[in-house]
Amino acid sequence: MLYREAGQFKTNYAEDMAIFPIRQDRIALAVLLGLAFIGVPLLASFRIWPFRTDYLLWAILLPFLILALAAVGTNILVGYCGQISLGSGAFMAIGAYSAYKLATGVHIPLAWLGFAIAIPPLPVLASILLGGLMAACAGILFGIPSLRIKGLYLAVATLAAQFFFDWAFLRLPWFTNYAPSGSVNAPELDFFGMIVRTPVERYLLCLLFVSVMAVLAKNLVRGNLGRQWMAIRDMDIAAELIGIRPLYAKLTAFAVSSFIIGVAGALWAFVYLGSWEPLAFSIDRSLELLFMVIIGGLGSIMGSFIGAAFILIMPIMLNVIPTELGLPLSTQTITHLQFIIFGSLICYLLIKEPHGFARLISIGKEKLRLWPFPY
Amino acid sequence: MASIARNVLMLAAALAGAALSAPAAAQTEQFIPILSYRTGPYAVNGAPYANGVVDYYSLINERDGGINGVKILTEECETGYATDKGVECYERLKSKGPTGAAFINPLSTGITFALTEKTATDKIPIITMGYGRADSKNGAVFAYNFPLLGTYWSAADIAIQYVAKELGGFDKLKGRKISLLYHDSPYGKEPIPMLQVLAQKYGFDFTPIPVTHPGVEQKSQWLAIRQNRPDYVLVWGWGVMNSTAIKEAAAVAYPRDKMIGVWWSGAEPDVTPAGDQAAGYKSLMLQHGAGKFLVHADIEKYLYAKGKGSTEPGKIGEILYNRGMTNAMLGVEAIRKAQEKFGKKPLTGEQVRWGLENLVLTADRIKELGFEGMLKPVSISCSDHEGARYGRVQQWVGKGWKVISDWYTADESLIEPLVADVSAKYAAEKKIKPRDCAKET
Repeated sequence: MLYREAGQFKTNYAEDMAIFPIRQDRIALAVLLGLAFIGVPLLASFRIWPFRTDYLLWAILLPFLILALAAVGTNILVGYCGQISLGSGAFMAIGAYSAYKLATGVHIPLAWLGFAIAIPPLPVLASILLGGLMAACAGILFGIPSLRIKGLYLAVATLAAQFFFDWAFLRLPWFTNYAPSGSVNAPELDFFGMIVRTPVERYLLCLLFVSVMAVLAKNLVRGNLGRQWMAIRDMDIAAELIGIRPLYAKLTAFAVSSFIIGVAGALWAFVYLGSWEPLAFSIDRSLELLFMVIIGGLGSIMGSFIGAAFILIMPIMLNVIPTELGLPLSTQTITHLQFIIFGSLICYLLIKEPHGFARLISIGKEKLRLWPFPY
Repeated sequence: MASIARNVLMLAAALAGAALSAPAAAQTEQFIPILSYRTGPYAVNGAPYANGVVDYYSLINERDGGINGVKILTEECETGYATDKGVECYERLKSKGPTGAAFINPLSTGITFALTEKTATDKIPIITMGYGRADSKNGAVFAYNFPLLGTYWSAADIAIQYVAKELGGFDKLKGRKISLLYHDSPYGKEPIPMLQVLAQKYGFDFTPIPVTHPGVEQKSQWLAIRQNRPDYVLVWGWGVMNSTAIKEAAAVAYPRDKMIGVWWSGAEPDVTPAGDQAAGYKSLMLQHGAGKFLVHADIEKYLYAKGKGSTEPGKIGEILYNRGMTNAMLGVEAIRKAQEKFGKKPLTGEQVRWGLENLVLTADRIKELGFEGMLKPVSISCSDHEGARYGRVQQWVGKGWKVISDWYTADESLIEPLVADVSAKYAAEKKIKPRDCAKET
């Protein structure tokens, strides 16, 4: 009834090819963005329910935004280009540690040449973006095997990246500026004189990064490059025959995906954790990101967000609800229940809809369009 | 589709119910969050500790009716020893109760590192009894961190003192080989700088050997130990890593009595899984050992006799249970101290911080609390957030722990310069202006 596009005529190609061709979608998105950019900060600064404490901002929204960004990156590689990767955690770590090194100043003594490479501490924004760039370079490097190996074998090759970087950041004290405990502290978040400190400011910063990058990613996958990736994903031999270079397509997918994941990693470390150790980017994180895109929907930017929400927020909800309801359950029972319910939910969802939430939503949209006579 | 809609509706109803039925918190209770881990690879050690904490708070409520009449309200949150979950738990619990969290005790050095900056901003003290960051002993820089009763640098020094005693003097350390088998996390890495300082001073050869989380795979590490034949192996493990280390040592025939665990590697769950192979294994003690003292009689009388205990009665008096209790007691006494200044009502974290910083427990007071024999006098001040740095050594004799050494006191002349150096670096990095401890009251 409300969701019907009758009467919306498109008079030029630009309108026809818009990201959101349906007016209701545009309105919904505008409302969502308005809520996210204006509503949430307003509610939070006046401490109105549910923002009476920082909990929702700090412990839910902030990690959700950053992990959603990382999931978008993972989705570009896994969902759009069809290259299974288990190295997302490593690329996050590269982003985080490169940004950390750049923000605190790089000093590489080359004793045998008689000089040293020294880069003074860079501003935080530059560090975060360059951190993403470093991740992109590493992504390209570890993407090279994808030209020869496919599927599960590629997953194993990217797993090597995961273990290598886990090892490097744990063992090479240079990366942590020789911190005795191996745990490093993020520098002050100084953006052109504006210092980001409070949860609301941190939230807005991440929101800005996520929105800009999601729009860029969405446009990339709709354009020439995205079509090349999808062609490679669907059938690489056919793609090659119609003139798509697998080298270029695969490596750009690795680069773009790793860049986004790297920026997410830098944000995760700088904005969310503030102080971190390599365990924050372990293999668990890689698997988590992979599950996010599988459950959210492979090959869907929106799916990445929903997947991130499901994987991150659902377990916390399952954990909080029994306590809030005042059920007399012990902590370990609640935790075990959380695992059981969450696990069964995933099984149920994947049986009912193997293509994830994004698919569920598009089915829902179709049905709404045909309402009241959906078939 | 319909069933999904129904499920969503049910969930929404449940949530709405939760929002409505959430009990209005009484305004007369002091809220203390409990971060614990009763699941995962560290649960064997996390659960007894948490039981000790929970039981002591219940005891205060049941026996004394609270701290000077202010009842303690607690909520437990499972961290699984994971840093990200720990941060989530902290955010969930920090502002509950009428005045927010009195203090937080994460029982994880990794979570401590992640929370150090947050707790200072939120003005909630973070008590890390026998763990945490060693440089936070310097209260001038780390106003909200309290590594009570001993840091890992104190532990490292005490361990080396004991080794020297066994060898017959500090001069005998020269040329010896001492390895550190450590949990590869901030926890395990903390003692390394101190051990390096000690190695340089006494001229022994120090080798750190990392073990990856959770520590069930140690074959290559013990192969390296077999080849290198160190005179002593210090064990800085946690959870299942400890018993695995003992089993692997037995497999390569490394003498167990040359292994010295830190106080987190010396409880019943660390040795019992290794069975007879554990006999001879030694560990440091964070002052107290296993066994029951006066306070345990009250716990049995007021809690277990009424079925209000949190564990099986047979487990009261285990080492980690006792440690949890000691930890809870120090927190409660800090609140009591703060009440002297701020009044007998629920206090904020900032006020409890004052109580912690001015907490002095004399031998008489410790006796009154029923902790005599578990604890030596504690005196915390702005410049010393540790309060006491004693330790002993115990040995597993197959059925129980036997105390085999006298008291040791960590050598401040070695630790202090390192604390000053590392905490000054932190202050510079975080732009913290150290407080002037002479002016603190």
